[in-house]
Amino acid sequence: MRDHILQMQGLNAHYGDFQALYGVDMHVGAGEVLAIIGSNGAGKTTLMRSITGLMANDAGQITYHGEDISRRRADEVAMRGMAMVPEGRQLFPSLSVEENLLIGAQVGRKGPWDLKAVYELFPILDERRNVGATSLSGGQQQMVAIGRALMANPDLILFDEISLGLAPIIIKDIYDALPGIIGEGMSAVIVEQDITKALSVSSRVYCLQEGRVSLEGVSDTVSREQISRAYFGIE
Amino acid sequence: MDWLNAVVQGTLLGGLYALFAAGLSLIFGVMRLVNIAHGDLIVLAAYLGLTITTVAGVHPLLALVLVVPAMGIIGYALQRGLLNQTLGDDLLPPLLVTFGLSVILQNGLLEIYTADPQKLDAGVLETASVAVGGLSLGVLPLLTFGIAVAVIWALQWTFYHTSLGRAFRAVSDNQDIAQLMGLNRRHIFGLAMALALAVTAIAGIMLGIRTSFDPSIGGGRLIFGFEAVIIGGLGNLWGTLIGGVILGVAQTVGAKIDPGWQILSGHLAFLLILAVRPNGLFPRISA
Repeated sequence: MRDHILQMQGLNAHYGDFQALYGVDMHVGAGEVLAIIGSNGAGKTTLMRSITGLMANDAGQITYHGEDISRRRADEVAMRGMAMVPEGRQLFPSLSVEENLLIGAQVGRKGPWDLKAVYELFPILDERRNVGATSLSGGQQQMVAIGRALMANPDLILFDEISLGLAPIIIKDIYDALPGIIGEGMSAVIVEQDITKALSVSSRVYCLQEGRVSLEGVSDTVSREQISRAYFGIE
Repeated sequence: MDWLNAVVQGTLLGGLYALFAAGLSLIFGVMRLVNIAHGDLIVLAAYLGLTITTVAGVHPLLALVLVVPAMGIIGYALQRGLLNQTLGDDLLPPLLVTFGLSVILQNGLLEIYTADPQKLDAGVLETASVAVGGLSLGVLPLLTFGIAVAVIWALQWTFYHTSLGRAFRAVSDNQDIAQLMGLNRRHIFGLAMALALAVTAIAGIMLGIRTSFDPSIGGGRLIFGFEAVIIGGLGNLWGTLIGGVILGVAQTVGAKIDPGWQILSGHLAFLLILAVRPNGLFPRISA
């Protein structure tokens, strides 16, 4: 238990009368890179919203650093060292590239990541620091979104569908850079529809299907057959 | 020369309208809240100024030292305690609640201060004038205009050069994502309302020095403020200043043609601009 930075126990989530998650049990070990896969509508986004605090859940279902955060607001969760690279980048259009990065540092946590470190990682952002964030290309916007999350110096970083809508060559670049980004002591959760990519950078994997965990395994050893059964629900 | 005079006086009057409008513009820009009680909050600030000047015997401009922070605190409390609860996907609840607030404020002021017209006594400042190239310009309207420019500049600077302004823009862009970055939107909205009502405090004092006021005049100030915001274009503070000036000039020029046309010609100018440019002259936000 103590080694788990994030733990979900019997997590249920509802949108009004519609239940999106049914008793999800998961954990993320300290320093671990976890992959969560699943088809559209499997509950991946709901899971992210629950973890980050954008959705309130019943008490006792989500524990972070040993503290129950089920009912915490998103900004309170962020202050505790969790950062997210949201699906579709979601940069702030009225802010410049640099301002977007600075917003990430709003939580005021100390650590290796600052403007200088992010610009070293993505030199193109340094060149374009003063332009409007949404005038960048999709790949560059993804760099800003990743940089913005890193600026918070998080213990746990969540990547939500970072390959969505990007060219394959850019996806490859970003995944090649991931091991360097998820540095010492940082844990990561990678939510992906691109199963191969997700498995290649993670140590463990969960598959969600219709709001339930349909598979839990070690990324290197799970078989294609196991995954397609868990992914599509084929018996 | 008379016409030039009308235009110059109207421009200076526009400064006051811009002060009415700046708070509205700021609140709408940050949280898409249309504050129907804005005019009554201006009047509340004027009455706070009246109480302070009569009790402490100080000049109304000195009273700003107390009225500005007082209105700021009222703004933060109002936002956290009441208005945050009304914000959501539906635009109607904030309209209804601020409308109710408007009624409460008017009647509350009526109970405390009665319906008698009041005025802030600013001594010689009220009548002092300077001669500029054949025109006689009142020191008070000049001062009001100067304050309006300074306030707009300060708000603009806050928005684009401080971390608070960055937070305002981020929350305005996307509340959920801003929340993920550790910005509590309820607190940010509270700060925005505090800033807006601090500006309202200045507007109220300048109004109270310029003309007499009673608890019922808030609605009219709200309309002038709205018109200035819409003429200038939503979300653009310098546009709001220009909107105020256009409104002021239209009123004084209208009054020059026929004294009865003052208010009407302001509204006509507003309608005309709305017909030609439905988003205002310099919009930043598409409504």
